[in-house]
Amino acid sequence: MSAAAAVSIQGVTKTFAKGSTTALQDIELELQPGEFVSLIGPSGCGKSTLLRVIGDLIQPSSGAVLVGGKPAHQARLDRDYGMVFQEAVLYDWRTVAKNIALPLELSGWERRKRADRVQEMVELVELSGFESHYPWQLSGGMQMRVAIARALSFDPKLLLMDEPFGALDEMTRERLNLELLQIWQASGSTIVFVTHSISEAVFLSTRVVVMSPRPGRIAGIVEIDLPQPRTIDTREEPRFFELVTEVRELLRGSHVEEVR
Amino acid sequence: MSSVVIEEPGRTLAQGFGRGVRDWIPAAVVLIVVLVGWQLAIEAFDIQRFLLPKPTEIASRFWTERSTLWAAGWFTFQEAFWGFLAGSTAAILCALLLARFRPLGTALMPYFIAANAVPIIAFAPIAIAWFGIDKGSKVAIAGILCFFPVLVNTLKGLTSVKPAQIELMRSYAAGNLQIFRRVRIPASLPYLFSALKVASVLAMIGAIVGEYFGGSLTSLGIQIKSAAALFNFETAWAAILVACILGIAFYLAIVLAERLAMRWHQSARGAQA
Repeated sequence: MSAAAAVSIQGVTKTFAKGSTTALQDIELELQPGEFVSLIGPSGCGKSTLLRVIGDLIQPSSGAVLVGGKPAHQARLDRDYGMVFQEAVLYDWRTVAKNIALPLELSGWERRKRADRVQEMVELVELSGFESHYPWQLSGGMQMRVAIARALSFDPKLLLMDEPFGALDEMTRERLNLELLQIWQASGSTIVFVTHSISEAVFLSTRVVVMSPRPGRIAGIVEIDLPQPRTIDTREEPRFFELVTEVRELLRGSHVEEVR
Repeated sequence: MSSVVIEEPGRTLAQGFGRGVRDWIPAAVVLIVVLVGWQLAIEAFDIQRFLLPKPTEIASRFWTERSTLWAAGWFTFQEAFWGFLAGSTAAILCALLLARFRPLGTALMPYFIAANAVPIIAFAPIAIAWFGIDKGSKVAIAGILCFFPVLVNTLKGLTSVKPAQIELMRSYAAGNLQIFRRVRIPASLPYLFSALKVASVLAMIGAIVGEYFGGSLTSLGIQIKSAAALFNFETAWAAILVACILGIAFYLAIVLAERLAMRWHQSARGAQA
């Protein structure tokens, strides 16, 4: 219960006014700085809602979220969040460089410092040469890399990612998984990652939070003790499969409960 | 890392021009065929000149009467232009206001959509009673014709931004004003320009039809009306040709402004690709 927790979710419940559906019920979760935590669960388990509650884009009905010891609202105003959604959500009228520079502009960085930082980010996500391209000129994977560069550009303490690779093909997805891990290790930021894919969750995370629907709650947490740094070979290790199975069984358990 | 690179469709000017000319050849052929067919049909079927004059006659009248016709055209174009400017500006300001104060927009939107469907040109004679027989009434008619489509479209553009684009701005602690300036306004530009293109056409229609109900002798509407009344059909057709040329020029000017303002847009490049 230290104030140093990267994220502290304390008894968060969210009911939507319409139809009195309970999207989240009594969520308790604590993330340490530098953790990579995935939220996984079937549709309607509230994982995206939880991500938005952490990011102060949705207000919880009860309970509280502290980010680095501050209320989520204050953390948002302090620009502690970098967000990436399922779609890249690039602004069509901005070039790659200007999309990446957007959060820097909003935080009032001066022009030269901004340009240097953008250059750094472009190199990090390997998009050199595409700075002055517009979003429609990029492939889906490249667009997502721009979104990630943008989210990282201002060095946010917390990265919130809502199924960022969900719309990509398997090969691009695995490549971006590896890139994301490299970026995570280099930046040392804390990541909350929502996904539908069990293997993606196991491969990326230090912990996987399995959620179950109606009402959305935590069904179990799996510690992922695969060695760091993870490589392409990680996906072929026996321990990887054991952990995948563990997560799958937790998911199935929560599902059976729901059917009953 | 290997990535898919989409070729930038940046052609050299000369290439672009050469390609442009080639693209226009079919259209030019159609024009020539229609004009020749028109001319021959009149001679072959002995069509009366009050029904349809010969293109050659219209062309020669277009030349001999050029100073009168272009003076009238310029006069009418000015009415249309000021009406367009006033109507569109008012519409854009209203749209910004209504997008900023959404309940107001929600309350008024059904009426705007209804007004957009009303044949406003029917009010032309009344506008003359209100604003006088001179330029003022034509500017007013053109302006009102432009107002509703620009308002409805711009408001739609300002309010139909993808929710995630707003959410992302919120996650950066951006305020409403910043969201407006950096997201809503640029996102509305495609809507705004398609409305302005329609408005440029409506403004010319408004000015000319307004003139049919009376106005300056040096206006296209009056020129067309009086020439037709005097059985001077070649002049009437030549005046219509002037109206067409001005209308198309007006429209193309908006298209050019659109290209300049939205260089980022996919349609601005590789439109022929």
